[in-house]
Amino acid sequence: MNIATTTVPGHAGEHHGEHYPGGILRWLTTTNHKDIGTMYLTFALIMFFVGGGMILAVRAELWQPGLQLMQPEFFNQLIGIHALVMIFAALMPAATGFANWQIPLMIGAPDMALPRVNNWGFWLLPPAAILLTLPFVLALFGIGDGALATGWTFYAPLSVQGGLGVDFAIFAVHILGVSSILGSINIIVTIFNMRAPGMTMMKLPLFAWGWLITAFLLIATIPVLAGAVTMLLTDRHFGTHFFNAAGGGDPILFQHLFWFFGHPEVYILLLPIWGLMPHVLSTFSRKPIYGYKAQVWGFIGIGALSVVVWAHHFFTVGMPVPALIYFMFSTMLISLPLAVLFFCWIATMWKGAMSFETPMLFATGFIVLFGIAGLTGLVLADVAADAQYHHSYFVVAHFHYALFAGGIMGVMTGVYYWLPKWTGHMYSETLGKWHFWLTVVSFNLTFLPQFFLGLAGMPRRIPDYALQFTEFNMISTVAAFALGLSQLLFAYNIWKCVKGGPKASDKVWEGAEGLEWQLPSPPPHHSWETQPVIK
Amino acid sequence: MTASHAPLVKRLLLIVAGAFAFGFALVPLYDVFCEATGFNGKTSGQAAAVPAVIRDGFGVGGLTAGTAVAAPAPSAIDRSRTVAVEFTGTVMPGLPWEMRPLTVSLDTHPGAMQQVRYLVRNTSSRTITGQAVPSVTPGQAAQHFDKIECFCFSQQTLAPGESREMPLTFIVKPDIDSDIRHITLSYAFFSIDGQRNTLTSAPTAKPEAKQ
Repeated sequence: MNIATTTVPGHAGEHHGEHYPGGILRWLTTTNHKDIGTMYLTFALIMFFVGGGMILAVRAELWQPGLQLMQPEFFNQLIGIHALVMIFAALMPAATGFANWQIPLMIGAPDMALPRVNNWGFWLLPPAAILLTLPFVLALFGIGDGALATGWTFYAPLSVQGGLGVDFAIFAVHILGVSSILGSINIIVTIFNMRAPGMTMMKLPLFAWGWLITAFLLIATIPVLAGAVTMLLTDRHFGTHFFNAAGGGDPILFQHLFWFFGHPEVYILLLPIWGLMPHVLSTFSRKPIYGYKAQVWGFIGIGALSVVVWAHHFFTVGMPVPALIYFMFSTMLISLPLAVLFFCWIATMWKGAMSFETPMLFATGFIVLFGIAGLTGLVLADVAADAQYHHSYFVVAHFHYALFAGGIMGVMTGVYYWLPKWTGHMYSETLGKWHFWLTVVSFNLTFLPQFFLGLAGMPRRIPDYALQFTEFNMISTVAAFALGLSQLLFAYNIWKCVKGGPKASDKVWEGAEGLEWQLPSPPPHHSWETQPVIK
Repeated sequence: MTASHAPLVKRLLLIVAGAFAFGFALVPLYDVFCEATGFNGKTSGQAAAVPAVIRDGFGVGGLTAGTAVAAPAPSAIDRSRTVAVEFTGTVMPGLPWEMRPLTVSLDTHPGAMQQVRYLVRNTSSRTITGQAVPSVTPGQAAQHFDKIECFCFSQQTLAPGESREMPLTFIVKPDIDSDIRHITLSYAFFSIDGQRNTLTSAPTAKPEAKQ
């Protein structure tokens, strides 16, 4: 796309200006998309370590058979809260942080459309995170019996009978849901109303497209989850029987409601990453994005299919054969638009002048490992095979390939790609490469053995296991600690880059294309006061 | 930017409200859908040519339901094959009862009427009302398992320490798939009193010490 005028307002400093409050008040009251983006990303990084710490405790317990470190009740709490923290408090806020920082820069807008809503969207998150984890602390003082112990899926009737941790988690989900909906509305309005003149929808950067579909999925499915957990709450305390078989309710209804949200949630987490990938691949292959329109329609197709395939998460619950067949084939159908995306990514790199800076390393690693997630997902979508793999470690390995390699490594790609733009400094390329190789090796050593454990029949969510699973579990535990420790490099590299480092140029990367690279690094407090015109 | 965002925001909020309402609408929709299609093992309530006499209202999830029928003519008994029926039962948390089937399993011919009993005992020192919810495995058998008399058709009240033999009369219908040779019938007994079986909000529903 061609830029006719690029007017950049004067003050290029980071955040000076007398009319902004300083210190903590600045962060509490800010309506600036960059500040809010920074807060989202910082929050996500902190919660990434919180959720990671929980699962390292779980891996330590799984080091050998038998119960060594904790009781099963505490183990159950750790795995459920780990998932909720990683999904709702790490991955989703990280993606929202990207959206806040990048969408206004990329579409030529001065800020987000609804800045005050934006501030609220962020500040709902910390209370929700506290609600999720507080029952752990309360239990230390003898109040209640700890956090949510049902796993992150809240399945009834276990969740109807559970302790006060369930109530805390229900309210946390309500608050997180409100936050996501506010963020989504803001993003949709920004994209629809604030694009630079001349930027038609079919010239919209793919990252914004991916986020647009995510935002629509969020406002369509989060309310259903909110409804489901509200029913759970009234079943628990107000005598309703939505999920209580004794009163004519149905526990399986909960699974339908939950996964009606839960499956689109997978794509909610991944679409922003799929939107980001083509930008990175194009930059480091020094070639334009291949198949822009095909990718846009791929996003839309996957978004539409994602809301009609939910029951593949509980094939084994007891469903009639016609329903099984429908959900099997509709699930497999998703692999078609997804394959289009894969081919476009590969074609973008094809015969390009590739160089492998850290973001490109993560992007290519993402393609390979996320491909494994997709292929093992096809295996699980097969009703006949799923009867064996359901609720085994095969599933655990599959969705960690999807959400760690596909989600978190995607976020890392974005952080390395845009960090120099945000801070004005280059990060340490050496540390970045170390971080990538340590992550990718320890990730595979953690989760590849879990495929084999699942195939051999080890069930998930159990603190003890049969003797023959010991060796693979030991490998997985050692690698998980290596994976966790490698992330300290990531945090250190970010910290160093925020504090200083070699100056980054405006364009940062030789092959970078797009409006955001026209602005100085770091961009001024108000980015596009005069909007650029796209021809 | 001076453009007003209000109209778009309102429309998006409408989608949010609609999605929230849709979540609740799924509750009756789910029942209607299952009734209409027989998904989830629900029967339509229209057993061929036989008027519905009794319907239990708990044909959800547990894959049983349906219509009880009049005693069949002896000629309807298919003596060429047998089906093993196993009986089991669980008392749900919050109900201080014990239950066990007096017949653990039996072999029956499709079409033959059978009667078995469960022994249920109130182990607490108060009068309690419970409701049994049946479930048939495999699901495909549910539509061919007709209960003629069942303690699950009504609520049961037991005095402190009282035990009672509760009867169940059933027929495995002759049109059952010949692949099915084993059926398990399971009951879950729930407390009706207070209806709250949460650990946190129902002091009255806490299970008392088992004897």
